[in-house]
Amino acid sequence: MTRRLALGAGVCAALVCLAGPPQVLAQRAQGAPSSAPFLWGGDAEGGAPFVEADPKDPTRVVGLDVDIATLVAHALGREPQFVQITFTSLDQSAARGDFSLGLSGIEDTPARRHALAATIPYYEFREVLTVRAADRPRFRTLADLGGRKVATLGGTIAYELLLAAQRDHGIAAVSYDDDVHPYADLANGRVDAVLLDNVLAERSMRKVSGLYTNPDAVAVNHYIGILGPADTGLRDRIDDILRAAMRDGRLEAILRRWNVWNADQPPFFAHVLANAPVGGTPIPETTPVSAIEMTRRYLPSLLTASLVTLALSCLSMALAVLCGAGIAIGRVYGGAALRLVLTAYVEVMRGTPILLQLFVIYYGLAAVVRLPAFVAALIGLGLNYAAYESEIYRGALEAVPRGQLEAARVLGFSTGQTLRLIRGPQAFRFALAPMTNDFVAMLKDSSLVSVLTVMELTKQTQIFATNLGSWVIPGALCAGLYLAMSLPLAHLARRLEAAWQAPTAS
Amino acid sequence: MSPVLDVRDVRLRRGARDVLRGVTFEVGAGEVVALMGLSGSGKTTVLRAVAGLDPVDAGRIVVSGVSIEAGVPRPPAGPAAVQVGMVFQFHHLFEHLTAIENVCLAPVHVGRTARDAAAATARRLLADLGVEHRQFALPRELSGGEAQRVAIARALALDPPLLLLDEPTASLDPARRDDLGAALRALAAQGRALLVTSHDDDFVRAHATTVLVLADGAVVERGAPADVLTRPQHDATKALLTGTRPRTIS
Repeated sequence: MTRRLALGAGVCAALVCLAGPPQVLAQRAQGAPSSAPFLWGGDAEGGAPFVEADPKDPTRVVGLDVDIATLVAHALGREPQFVQITFTSLDQSAARGDFSLGLSGIEDTPARRHALAATIPYYEFREVLTVRAADRPRFRTLADLGGRKVATLGGTIAYELLLAAQRDHGIAAVSYDDDVHPYADLANGRVDAVLLDNVLAERSMRKVSGLYTNPDAVAVNHYIGILGPADTGLRDRIDDILRAAMRDGRLEAILRRWNVWNADQPPFFAHVLANAPVGGTPIPETTPVSAIEMTRRYLPSLLTASLVTLALSCLSMALAVLCGAGIAIGRVYGGAALRLVLTAYVEVMRGTPILLQLFVIYYGLAAVVRLPAFVAALIGLGLNYAAYESEIYRGALEAVPRGQLEAARVLGFSTGQTLRLIRGPQAFRFALAPMTNDFVAMLKDSSLVSVLTVMELTKQTQIFATNLGSWVIPGALCAGLYLAMSLPLAHLARRLEAAWQAPTAS
Repeated sequence: MSPVLDVRDVRLRRGARDVLRGVTFEVGAGEVVALMGLSGSGKTTVLRAVAGLDPVDAGRIVVSGVSIEAGVPRPPAGPAAVQVGMVFQFHHLFEHLTAIENVCLAPVHVGRTARDAAAATARRLLADLGVEHRQFALPRELSGGEAQRVAIARALALDPPLLLLDEPTASLDPARRDDLGAALRALAAQGRALLVTSHDDDFVRAHATTVLVLADGAVVERGAPADVLTRPQHDATKALLTGTRPRTIS
């Protein structure tokens, strides 16, 4: 199961993957580096209890997958070396050969087994439903949650289960980028249930009060290790090492150390050691299908996500233009106190990350006003861009020659009339080209709001790519859709500018 | 009959510098008064003070009974305040509007004249100045002379009794200068008062009724151009008429 707290890291990783090699942050897992270290990949960002930075020494990683990787490496006579890979890129990195073994609470899916070499499963988990304690009697299964919002991590089996329940029971699936905010939003009422694995559910129950987790499994699945599709020889050796560790209790000791050992594991271990099928719930929509078939299935949701991106960008830009114009006028015409306040606003909005602003508006203000995700995204983008727009408009207003303003004064125009009839219209023309640039940037920056669970184009593409196991078709489609939105805009802006520059026919 | 413009002992300081140190003069209806002086003598500042653009530190300026005084706020914007039309040296036409829109804007929005009536007046003004055929041109498409005529039409659109022109001959060739002079005399003949800064003594001799010579922010010589420019008494006036004639651009 994914565990990512990195804000928007998935989005960044998606773009990095499209463009070039993933960021590889080598960290020593344990011991001294040998001449041929055993490279293993995982995501340490918010990865407890699987892989996380050691709180005592952040240059080291700790976790149950770290211990398993160490066990495997030592059995191979090598020293483990950790490679940081964003969770959604792990499959791609394994296929590229960025590491020998990927371990990070990776789910066992048919698509993954089809595309990569997979180890035997080493842990069995249950997907469980968590609700507010007061709702315990009425929300027992997904079928009870018709018309309600149910949250989970995007690009996971749990998300596929929710999409299936969306079709079958009419629930609304909400995708998050991390495993903490679904529970926080459940507690404050933004969603009505969370479907995640029992490990994460138990961890969150300890942090967030007033929740109840139904122990009945909605689905059962397992964690596996992944290797490049051709590395079946190494995979078989690792399978032997894992079986030996299951047999002699070393794996149990590791799982106990990280508090995830439970009654499900002994029978599961017995099945694995007997080479018997471990079962698990059939996973909806994850059986391997052709890329073309998958594309056909995802195309409608990509188009819908494009509309979300377009609507969000247009509305946010409208807000940014209105607020930006107000700020610019205030800074040009206002008194010292007003100018100081507005300058401070602009500097704060430009000087802090937009992701931070989005989180403050959506989660930080939740205690005061519980904004719907789309509205929070709109306000966040709009207010952030207002700061940039205001600087463009201020510059444009200052660029209108003083002489014209004096001519207007002698002609008896009031300050307001001068702004409306003379200064504003000319400033607007100066501002048009940079405004169009900003609108195109807004189209792309709107992908950041996926951290607020808004399903826009980049997020939908990422889910598509994760399920398809390739970025080629999703990346090309996504790029095409963004260009289809931005190129006409650029064209329109050029035409408007040309129309205002050309001599007027008389 | 009281003058259209009455300037009484006007003083104006910019920082530590006394730009105007007690300027007094009058302009009556039908007069074309030329303000001459070396650059920095305060010619343009006098126009700006009369137009209400630079506040005065002492003294009084009365235009058709409306007065500007030190420490008294300007009258609020609107038609009552518009007793002065001003033509800037660089015209300062509104770049986003056509010639006729430049002329119509103040009558429609300040004078509350109906659009059709304002347009008819604007066309007549442009025709009188010989630029009616350029009415749909944007300022950047106009020649210097055409832009100046449009600027004059714009300044006249609210029919002010006093017209100020800052260095109107600066960018004109000699033939155009005489056309402009004739146009200005025609405006004066309609009963307007005109105050014109210039460094061009031929133009002043030919078209002004009175000349004032400014030096160091004070009027040092005044009279009919034929007298003042033929028999200059003050050093500043003599300096104006020597060969090294500074081309002022302020």
